[in-house]
Amino acid sequence: MKNKFSLFIIVIFLSFCFVIFYKGLNTPNNYTPKVNEKKNIPTFKAKDFNSDSYINSDKIFEENTFYIVNIWASWCVPCRTEHPLLMQLSKNESIKLIGLNYRDNFNNAKNFIDDFGNPYSRILIDKDGILGVEFGAYGVPETFLIDKNKDIIKKFVGPINQEIVNEIKLIIK
Amino acid sequence: MKVLKIFIILFLVTSFLELKSDEVNDVVKNKILKNIRCLICQGQSVYDSESEFASSIKLIVDRKISEGMKEDSIYEFLREKYGDWIIYDPELNKNTYILWLLPLLLFLLGGAIIKKKFKFKS
Repeated sequence: MKNKFSLFIIVIFLSFCFVIFYKGLNTPNNYTPKVNEKKNIPTFKAKDFNSDSYINSDKIFEENTFYIVNIWASWCVPCRTEHPLLMQLSKNESIKLIGLNYRDNFNNAKNFIDDFGNPYSRILIDKDGILGVEFGAYGVPETFLIDKNKDIIKKFVGPINQEIVNEIKLIIK
Repeated sequence: MKVLKIFIILFLVTSFLELKSDEVNDVVKNKILKNIRCLICQGQSVYDSESEFASSIKLIVDRKISEGMKEDSIYEFLREKYGDWIIYDPELNKNTYILWLLPLLLFLLGGAIIKKKFKFKS
């Protein structure tokens, strides 16, 4: 009886260890950002790309509309692939696009906009990447959808595609 | 002459104190950076990494320390932005309680077994 009980305890213990390790092995060992977590937009002060003056975040997001914050850079190759889609989105009147120029050279960024078009209603300069951190970004490109309550409701890591554009259009409809 | 001496002493003392506080800030900063995971690197802390993400985090930690933010508040700020994964030293919550309690449980179980064995022998 005693042996049976010991065996039972050992089996339970080994099964427990197996479940823990199995679960651990199945969990990816790299960072997977939470893309659907609702968060307030951060409060910040940023330099405007065109006027060279500083502007507060409450002034940037003052209109009662949806906003998209897109983190981009002229040196970022995937940003070029998503740019036509941003141009497409900028034609939609229910949304405003804010560009966050991430760790870029001003002249290169200007050439990029001149060559590919400007989808943004405002571009902010993020010279040292601090604004990106305030948004919880960790790379470029990254896109955030902000609703009328000024909450970040969606986060898209990497270049956006047609599927994402359709999803955004569906949300802002 | 006396006034000049006092002035020099005061200058030296304030410079020394300033150096000392910079040194303390650097120690705290390095401690924090070593405890933050570089999210785009393979097994590196922000302290060890030269990536763009790491350098932005280094700058923001530096800024927060200069603003007088405490170590725990900086971790909380980063946790709010990136989740628990960014901190190497996880806090006790519903996702990590097994991690924290399992060693204690095993210790107690082992202790109980040993105690029982000794009891039988004696």
